[in-house]
Amino acid sequence: MATATAASVPVTRPVNWIGVLKDAVIIGLVTLALALPMVGFETTSSTTERGWPLLNTRFADVAAAVIAVFLGRLALNLVREGVRAPVAFMAWAVFALLLANLITETVPVWNEAVETLLVIGAFVVGFVATWRWLSPEGTTSSEVMDDVAAGLQRWNRVIAPIGLLLALAFPWLTGLYALATGGEFAISRNAVDLGVLLLTYVMLGWGLNIIVGLAGLLDLGYVAFYAVGAYSYALLALNFGWGFWACLPLAGVLAALAGIVLGFPVLRLHGDYFAIVTLGFGEIIRVVLTNWSSFTGGPNGLSGIPRPTFFGFPFERNPAEGETAFHQLFGLEFEGVHRVVFLYYLILLLALITNLFTMRIRRLPLGRAWEALREDEIACRSLGINPRNTKLTAFAVAAMFGGFAGSFFATRQGFVSPESFTFIESALILAIVVLGGMGSQLGIVLAAVLVILLPEWFRELDQYRMLAFGVGMVLIMVWRPRGLLAHRAPTLRLNSAGGGR
Amino acid sequence: MSGDLPAERGPTDPAAATWDRVPPLLTVEHLTMRFGGLTAVDDVSFIAGQREITAIIGPNGAGKTTVFNCLTGFYRPTAGRLSLERGDGTHYLLERMEGFRIAREARVARTFQNIRLFPQMSVLENLIVAQHNKLMLASGYTVLGLFGIGGYREAERAAVEKAKFWLDRVGLTARADWDAGNLPYGDQRRLEIARAMCTEPALLCLDEPAAGLNPRESLELNQLLLSIRDDDGVGVLLIEHDMSVVMGISDHVIVLDYGRKIADGTPVEVRNDPTVIRAYLGEEESDELPPEVAADLGIAPDAGTQ
Ligand SMILES: Nc1ncnc2c1ncn2[C@@H]1O[C@H](COP(=O)(O)OP(=O)(O)O)[C@@H](O)[C@H]1O
Ligand SMILES: [Mg+2]
Repeated sequence: MATATAASVPVTRPVNWIGVLKDAVIIGLVTLALALPMVGFETTSSTTERGWPLLNTRFADVAAAVIAVFLGRLALNLVREGVRAPVAFMAWAVFALLLANLITETVPVWNEAVETLLVIGAFVVGFVATWRWLSPEGTTSSEVMDDVAAGLQRWNRVIAPIGLLLALAFPWLTGLYALATGGEFAISRNAVDLGVLLLTYVMLGWGLNIIVGLAGLLDLGYVAFYAVGAYSYALLALNFGWGFWACLPLAGVLAALAGIVLGFPVLRLHGDYFAIVTLGFGEIIRVVLTNWSSFTGGPNGLSGIPRPTFFGFPFERNPAEGETAFHQLFGLEFEGVHRVVFLYYLILLLALITNLFTMRIRRLPLGRAWEALREDEIACRSLGINPRNTKLTAFAVAAMFGGFAGSFFATRQGFVSPESFTFIESALILAIVVLGGMGSQLGIVLAAVLVILLPEWFRELDQYRMLAFGVGMVLIMVWRPRGLLAHRAPTLRLNSAGGGR
Repeated sequence: MSGDLPAERGPTDPAAATWDRVPPLLTVEHLTMRFGGLTAVDDVSFIAGQREITAIIGPNGAGKTTVFNCLTGFYRPTAGRLSLERGDGTHYLLERMEGFRIAREARVARTFQNIRLFPQMSVLENLIVAQHNKLMLASGYTVLGLFGIGGYREAERAAVEKAKFWLDRVGLTARADWDAGNLPYGDQRRLEIARAMCTEPALLCLDEPAAGLNPRESLELNQLLLSIRDDDGVGVLLIEHDMSVVMGISDHVIVLDYGRKIADGTPVEVRNDPTVIRAYLGEEESDELPPEVAADLGIAPDAGTQ
């Protein structure tokens, strides 16, 4: 929709009302034809006296859908015809009203699903209209995003340190926020917890990006390595009593080994076949974890995993005999938030290591070979690159970072069970990579914010937030099929000035 | 020279029996490749000499690309022996090697009939990837390179120098930072050759490098190939449709038809060979484009020679 090509139409031309209305009516009728059977009738378990199934009708919903689609299409057509500012204002007004009502329920919401869709529709119309209204003729929003992505790449030297500083200061900023809003300085436990969650997914996204974005292998079972890392950590810590810093690298190594073992048979396959088999492997790992009760605790999982310590000093109010707790060490009052902040910095460190590794390896022959394999495997072979080993290293390295993240997950939760490692997790991580723009480190951060934080913020929308999330994903993929910040800068240049195309 | 060849190859091998030119680089003996019931290459034997341009010609579907795919390990031949003797005395049996080893160890480089670059990587990166194995070693198989230990920086600089050298040779220096996929067609063809040359090959196999080039580009290509032969001392095996290229620069021509070799000799010998004229060139003038070739290039037959 946003990429419609009528931008060159002069604004002065009179609006073709008949054409605009006709098109909107046709689309409305199509919606009617689709919605009537799908939305209009609901089967129930009861029957009539004659034995017919009793149907509930939902014609009001059908009417709402038809009217909404009609109005939306009409608005988009008008935008195309040059009526931009009025449409934009109206759409934003509708968006604001509906969203406010959905959250506050001032007027009783009669169907939340329909209303959620209306909110999204109004947003899209408002966005497109505003865009067309404000942007110079002839540029599509996607082209502008290309420039944004390229610009972000160019300014990476500035953006990366700023982002890092913000990330480092984040827990203290939440404290300052509390101070500024009239309270005392107190680090917000919830906010930092959310930060931990976000950074976990950023790290997983960066890890998966090595396979998907660089090596170009669509891995649908990345969660398997996350699981192997988490269980390795849990089993090592529980059975041998080793600490975090001993278990973390071991869990990474075990996950990498799992990557090699799984990768060896799978890497002969290409494209869709590869994706499907990795999906299968992800499930196999989960099923094994569920059923091998004597070793993994089965569906109940493993609990009592030791919590992280500050290099041996536990975060406990009352430490065991002979131990010094973190707060005692620094002479502080005990506070539960200390541990959360420590976890935050821990995952920040792990994520940064993942990122640094990727940035560096892209400039090394191995990373270039990964990208070359993504581009053309046959050409790689003709240049003497061993495709199997090269892919295997990508798999192993990405698995290792998945394993690190898994270890972190285990120590954060203190508990692991197979439920945490379902396909949905894989899909979520993959969504972050694809949405961000394959291969773009910054894009993955942005996508993780969208995918992890937005649904958290819109908890008021209840179960419909997943609906909104799905529609949003579809729209973004229509708008930017290669991801939000898809842009690849060469890893070395000959002529310092000069464009990439 | 035929006296120098090993005895088992002498009398039984039709190609070797008449071979009296430069020392052989590639010796193909009884190469056969079947796909199910189709015999794409049927008992083909020939020799490509060191520091020579050997052209393989023949109508579409004659099996030329299939010969290349056997040579470079993309297909495992049904039968036959492919041996490569480099000037330094090393000797490889290509039919027993995996594809990437043929490129890495025996040093046979190739281009593809439908260009295969790394389109989203820059021109320079394409040439750096071609030097992968050398750089991999210099980066301590990545481990040392990750921590910045060892001579990787130096090796990368040398690789960039080599890339620059070849960019200059093929006239792409100004476009070094372009995405390879955004280059015009003729540039992509030349880049593919430069990339193959960056692997430091002993034998360079080019699959229709002049296809789709305009006459000026085609002329430049001839110069490039001659200089690769004379200045770099690399043997070139060339599949070509464009007769002006074949007759102009090749030292030795092999003609395939329906998977069989029907002629083998110097350009002059081949163009006067009655079998070739009948089977491939029709009864027409030999330096004109044959109709099927013209059709392949999408031009009218009479517009072919300019
Ligand atoms: N992988 C393959 N599987 C089946 N048939 C093939 C394959 N590769 C080539 N062929 C067949 O072999 C014959 C020779 O093809 P090719 O070597 O591409 O011809 P040329 O390059 O001389 O035009 C053709 O009939 C083609 O269809
Ligand atoms: Mg061919």
